[in-house]
Amino acid sequence: MNIHTNWIKDSEPQATVSSHRLTILLGLCLLVYPWIASPFFTFQVGAQALILGTIALSLSFLAGQGGIVSLSQMTVAGISGYAMAILGSAEPTAASLNLGWPWWLAVPAAVAVGTLSATGIGALAVRTEGIYTIMITLAVGVAFYYLAQQNSLLFNGFQGISNVVPPILMNVDWRAPLPFYYLALVVAGAALSAVTYLLRTPFGIALQGTRDNARRMRALGFHVTAHRVAAHALAGFIAAVGGVLWVWYQGRISPGTVGTGAMINVLVVAVLGGLRRPVGAFIGALVFVLLQNFAIDLVSRERFNLVIGGVFLAIVMFSPDGLLGLWQRLRQSWVRASSA
Amino acid sequence: MKLSPVAIGRFQPALWAVLPVLALIAAWMLVDNTRLLALTVLNGLTLAGLYFLVASGFTLVFGLMRVVNLAHGSLFLLGGYVGYSAGLATGSWLVALMAGFVAAALAGVLMQRFLFGRMVGQNMRQTLITIGISIVMADIYLWVWGGDTYQFDAPDWLTGTVALPLVHKYAEFRLVVLALSCVIGLGLWLLLNRTRVGMMIRAGVDDKDMLSSIGVDVERLFVITFAIGAGLAGLAGVVGGTVLSVAPGEDVRYLLASLVVVLVGGMGSITGAAMGALLIGLAETFGQTYAPTYGVVFTFVIMVAVLAFRPNGLMGKSA
Amino acid sequence: MRKSVHPNPLSNNNPEKTMSKFFRTITLSTLAIVLATTLTSAYAQETLKMGALATLEGPFTVLGQDGMRGVELALKEHNYMAGGKKIELIKASSNATPDSAVAATRKLVEQDKVQILIGPLSGSEGIAVKNYAHTQLQTTFLNGASAAQETTLSNPAPNFFRFSTDGAQWQVGLGSNAYQKGYKNVVVVAEDYAFPYSMVQGFMVEYCKAGGKVKDKHWVALGTKDYASVIAKIPTNIDAIYVALGGADAVNFLSQYEQSGGDKPIIGSAVTVDQSVLGFKGKKRDGLIGTPSAGPIADNDPSPAWKKFVADYKASFKDGFPSPSIFAHAYYVNTKAALDALDAVKGDLSNNHAALRKALSTMTLKTPTGDVKLDSNRNAVVNIYLTEVAKAADGTLYNKVVHTTPNVSQSLGLSAAEFQKMGVGTRTNPECK
Repeated sequence: MNIHTNWIKDSEPQATVSSHRLTILLGLCLLVYPWIASPFFTFQVGAQALILGTIALSLSFLAGQGGIVSLSQMTVAGISGYAMAILGSAEPTAASLNLGWPWWLAVPAAVAVGTLSATGIGALAVRTEGIYTIMITLAVGVAFYYLAQQNSLLFNGFQGISNVVPPILMNVDWRAPLPFYYLALVVAGAALSAVTYLLRTPFGIALQGTRDNARRMRALGFHVTAHRVAAHALAGFIAAVGGVLWVWYQGRISPGTVGTGAMINVLVVAVLGGLRRPVGAFIGALVFVLLQNFAIDLVSRERFNLVIGGVFLAIVMFSPDGLLGLWQRLRQSWVRASSA
Repeated sequence: MKLSPVAIGRFQPALWAVLPVLALIAAWMLVDNTRLLALTVLNGLTLAGLYFLVASGFTLVFGLMRVVNLAHGSLFLLGGYVGYSAGLATGSWLVALMAGFVAAALAGVLMQRFLFGRMVGQNMRQTLITIGISIVMADIYLWVWGGDTYQFDAPDWLTGTVALPLVHKYAEFRLVVLALSCVIGLGLWLLLNRTRVGMMIRAGVDDKDMLSSIGVDVERLFVITFAIGAGLAGLAGVVGGTVLSVAPGEDVRYLLASLVVVLVGGMGSITGAAMGALLIGLAETFGQTYAPTYGVVFTFVIMVAVLAFRPNGLMGKSA
Repeated sequence: MRKSVHPNPLSNNNPEKTMSKFFRTITLSTLAIVLATTLTSAYAQETLKMGALATLEGPFTVLGQDGMRGVELALKEHNYMAGGKKIELIKASSNATPDSAVAATRKLVEQDKVQILIGPLSGSEGIAVKNYAHTQLQTTFLNGASAAQETTLSNPAPNFFRFSTDGAQWQVGLGSNAYQKGYKNVVVVAEDYAFPYSMVQGFMVEYCKAGGKVKDKHWVALGTKDYASVIAKIPTNIDAIYVALGGADAVNFLSQYEQSGGDKPIIGSAVTVDQSVLGFKGKKRDGLIGTPSAGPIADNDPSPAWKKFVADYKASFKDGFPSPSIFAHAYYVNTKAALDALDAVKGDLSNNHAALRKALSTMTLKTPTGDVKLDSNRNAVVNIYLTEVAKAADGTLYNKVVHTTPNVSQSLGLSAAEFQKMGVGTRTNPECK
């Protein structure tokens, strides 16, 4: 996998004074954003980008740091979302089961179901490499899509399940744009910090080792399979939490949420931002959401896929490290220009 | 890549477990409704023919160039749409067939020369590019041909019903598809095994570097192979559009089918693709007939199961 | 392990300034976009924004296109003015799946800020859009052609109005007629989602009561291309097939059935022998002549209002069908309702459209197929036509009237208690083997 061979030299994050300042500045902007933007922007752009970024982060973590390009991250998010809808939905639908559990029971249960599924998928996919991993995770995703579409008892088939909303807690309606944005921000921030921290731990370093040369790691005594399955489980946990937020954001879930289009979109988002650093997932998500909402100004209202596909192609052809890689290269050329 | 005694030997325990069960099920189907069983077998065979047409190009490209062309479904649709417009303009189905082949082959040549040719060896990057291409092409089709479903009108001497034993009546065109896939399969086999180009392709599948070191223009060989592979997909698009139809979303469907076929049959082998197509065509049709609610899930469960136990596909050759 | 591939770019003062300048530029441009968007949306007060949502992708594309024609026809009649304001129409597309419909609706309502939305086309979409409407009480939603029962029966939204009717209403009269024709045993072939469930129930309520038996129901996924397995399973000892497929699915099934040598008579649902299938480009469907069906329109309806509607449709749309389809009619009726109600309240949209909604709930709408009033769930009560496919002098096929059932409501003539007991249509409700 050529994208990764240069990384082992650059995987140490730079902790300089200025990069800290940049992070603080960004953090402040994100906190203040809802107060300057309209509710539409806060909800449709801000919250959506954060949640999509969280799900893409799970893929970015697996692919970038673990060398596992897994297309089933949206599936894991969807499984967790469906679990949330089945367990915690308030409105009984025509044919399917509907338990109406309180949120403090439904959310952990849904996330647990999602994480368990991810572990299962990981166990199935652990022996494959490269394109075969893509194929097996794609197959799992498509199988789940058809299962959700055909089964009416649990998943309510083609119609899907509606009216899945966050609870009203402490006198705050968490579905309103402002509180929901902050909820998504907290979750995204936690996921990002967790992944960034993880990469510096022995587990994280070992995982990157298995990405670069699994055979050598085995020779050194590391249990490569266990590391990979654990990576799947961790990424699955992040995707599962993202899945609960996603179903809350949409207010509904149906087979289309876990279809091939959605699965590919998560890959597009992760690659767009850059698989090298975890924050790339969020950058990709922001660009994706902005393009989705403003394609009307660029081409025509309906030609969003053309725009996003074109941008994705351009990135893969000219900047395989995504937008972040492009940014790095621009910065370096400024340095060279100013020091010359 | 061929089914050697060693390969069969590896499967023996699994075979001993699965065959009796299958035999029992087959016996029940035979006794319960013979006509339905015969119809299902025929439907499965004809569907397998269509899948073989689509997957043969895919396996050729992957076998030789190790490029997993996830835009293969888009090439299928390109052939279908261009063929439809050509057929509408000229009124001839054969012209549509040829137009579909040529359009897709051209697209394949362009893709190989301007994209993959520049990224030799970077498999993951090439795969990602094909994903991008498929997204862009799908939207272009929507733009140019709209969201409609198109159906081809095959010439009258190809359509209609034929009388067959046991099933009484069967759609003639489906049998035509089966015949066509056999002819093309034979043609491909002859190409690969009895011509010089074919010999070079097979050599390239085994060892690319050695081939180029003895003076063969490997780049040109790649372009030819991609053209044939893409052209076959386009041809399958016209055929698929006649027996079923051409519409947005069919690209994903036939891509998934090609992936499953090639996975089961092995990459780079025509006989493998034929076997894979047979297995998947029959499995899908039997699933739809006897277990309609969840039959479609079974196909993908099979794919997952195969990859879980044989991470490099059923035939085992590593990528 | 400090990397030393190149000097640390952050230790130099210049790049820092350049970087923060760059960052400032980005922040300012984002703010500019935000402000611009807020300002432009405030500007659009003189015009009334109307959104139209139809299936312009997927198996129902051709239906969606006709639906849009219905919207445009109604707007043309009103000169694109209503309630003293100019109407700006924004079109959106879906592909018959609920999530595509909700995504498109969201864009129209939250981004484009339409005040009135007409749509969607497909049954499952309708249920999803209705659920969404619950959360957007500031917008008024009128149906397009979606005809699932639950849209107005289960948890109806106070701002969702349906001047067209549901699938079960559309089939009133067909079940008894089929039994009288001598079809004692049938099988059903239908798509697996909310709208066909409603139609099949409408058919079976009467058919089973008359004594007919439905031996088997074959539910296929929406958008199925390959009907070989379904056709193989149709037994030889039945009298007819009740086909509840629409759009491209209907065309595919009928072609493949004919090609496989099938010869059982077809009982057509409202959308199966509708103009969208009879008029499908290129296909000769003479085998369908004589097929019984039922629905809210009949192509040779003698009423002057209908004749005028057909003439206007034909004059305005050279690329349309020989006669308007159910979808053009439904979208036309719903759009006309919105425009007439706006005229009645003189464009008053204050107080979450209170006056407009009251007008919609109580008005008597004059349509090409008679007067339409809404029931307590804001669903229409209309006349339903029993029809049969016939061939016109110019070779085109059309549906001719056999009988008209007046004032059909969602409870299909049953008492409230009976209907409650029966429940809405699902895969397994009702059954009569």
